[in-house]
Amino acid sequence: MQIQRKGHHSWRKFKSALISALTFCSAVLVIAPLGLVFFHVLKSGAGAVNLEFFTHLPKPVGVPGGGMANAIVGTLELLALASVIGIPVGVLGGVYLAEYGTARVNAVLRFIADVLNGVPSIIWGVVVYGLIVLRFKSFSAYAGGLALALIMIPLILRTTEEVILLVPVGYREAALALGIARWKTIVFVVVKTASRGIITGILLALARVGGETAPLLFTAFGNRFWNHNLSEPIAALPLQIFTYAISPYDDWHRQAWAGALVLVTGVFCVNILVRLVTRVRTASA
Amino acid sequence: MPQPEVLESRDRAGALLTDTEGEPLPLAMEAQNVSMWYGSKRAIDNVSLDMPAKAVTAIIGPSGCGKSTFIRALNRMHELVPHARIEGSVFLHGQNLYASGVDPAVVRRRVGMVFQKSNPFPTMSIGENVIVGLRLNGVGDRKFLNERLEQSLRMAALWDEVKDDLHKSGTSLSGGQQQRLCIARALAVEPEVLLMDEPCSALDPIATAKIEELIQGLKTQYTIVIVTHNMQQAGRVSDFTAFFYMGRLIEVGSTTKIFTNPSEKQTEDYITGRFG
Repeated sequence: MQIQRKGHHSWRKFKSALISALTFCSAVLVIAPLGLVFFHVLKSGAGAVNLEFFTHLPKPVGVPGGGMANAIVGTLELLALASVIGIPVGVLGGVYLAEYGTARVNAVLRFIADVLNGVPSIIWGVVVYGLIVLRFKSFSAYAGGLALALIMIPLILRTTEEVILLVPVGYREAALALGIARWKTIVFVVVKTASRGIITGILLALARVGGETAPLLFTAFGNRFWNHNLSEPIAALPLQIFTYAISPYDDWHRQAWAGALVLVTGVFCVNILVRLVTRVRTASA
Repeated sequence: MPQPEVLESRDRAGALLTDTEGEPLPLAMEAQNVSMWYGSKRAIDNVSLDMPAKAVTAIIGPSGCGKSTFIRALNRMHELVPHARIEGSVFLHGQNLYASGVDPAVVRRRVGMVFQKSNPFPTMSIGENVIVGLRLNGVGDRKFLNERLEQSLRMAALWDEVKDDLHKSGTSLSGGQQQRLCIARALAVEPEVLLMDEPCSALDPIATAKIEELIQGLKTQYTIVIVTHNMQQAGRVSDFTAFFYMGRLIEVGSTTKIFTNPSEKQTEDYITGRFG
């Protein structure tokens, strides 16, 4: 029997090349938007980013200059508020899923967390509007922070659970065999071993909610001035970009581009940080 | 260290194991009518075994005979497995480890364990690994911890190799050194009994020889129960040998007797390599 049939061979080569080409095109399609977005934001925004942008409040329409200092600080404040609620609940929930709970309950919780991860972010805005804003009759930084926290919780919960389950059972056994109590084993051995993965999950969740606009529309609401009280409306970078981008004024458009550049750069930096954190882990392992 | 109160003691009907003069040996641990199940599967069938103090008892038998399961009953580690169940009693110096009100954490402080795969904590340095059991059990005295650190590493024959690298990661050591680090970590909490679950099965012959030498030294102070699937190892390190087969204890006696003149046909068949 012939090992190679000529015609068959070239047909097989063609199929192989075709699949290679298709996967290559898909890869380009994935990468291209990132490059395009970054390039375009850089081109349109770089001109408007200057010291004033970071240090000044927005100016009224028609007055040149001004910045988004209040929105940058507002976003940081909202992220801090979201972290205060979202990180403990998410991490502790993830620890519960990985270490405690029965298989049946955990399957239900995991399913719910996955559904929550898929809920459109504007829904969280509506929920918090109904729960907090209507009740206290005011848009507020608290409401905005809560809306962002609700998005963070299922994200952090699931990554925490997954990285904790990756900790080899041998470490748990070793700690328990030393007569160390279970909760201490979990906190000082298991969670500590998984801490880099948990931090990665937290940073990615922060990067994700840092750019959210929809949940802030009717919670944080936005503010053209400094926020001096967290129970009052607060500015946020994505909100400011949204407001400026849909306005009819050219200088506001330029400011929106600058805001977008700052936001994208911030998210980009967090992702780089995540890469560094995970690199250290693989180096020491 | 808090000691569980003596909740129950028993009359021993007569020690199974005797010294060369036929006198019963003082026992560290006694398992009485221990049966264990994983779900509905019976893994250990009515095993009673005496483990003499300050001696090495080896548990041998083919894979799946229940030797690892049994050794985990001696410090209640099997309780980590969901659906694991046990009947019978295990006594440590006359105290029933399974009496109600006994804290498994206290049991494990008194009955330490070294595992098949060395598992130093990757987030801790060599030094932190050794004293972690004391530190997380509330010991904060720096001087005492440092003393115990050196003492434990010396007992584990690792001090000279790591004394200048105590701050380095435990995982930076070689496989044999890691296993000796795990032994030092187990010794640091001063257990009365040290359980070893195939401690050399992942090590090369030189590292294995070091651990075996170490076991010989440790038995002057500790009671050691070692599970091994290596019969030569059992012959080299142990004073008493128990042969397990299909969840049952077939025979126990002095290692010399088990290896030269076993009473049971099954033991002889296994020792001579006819099965297993």
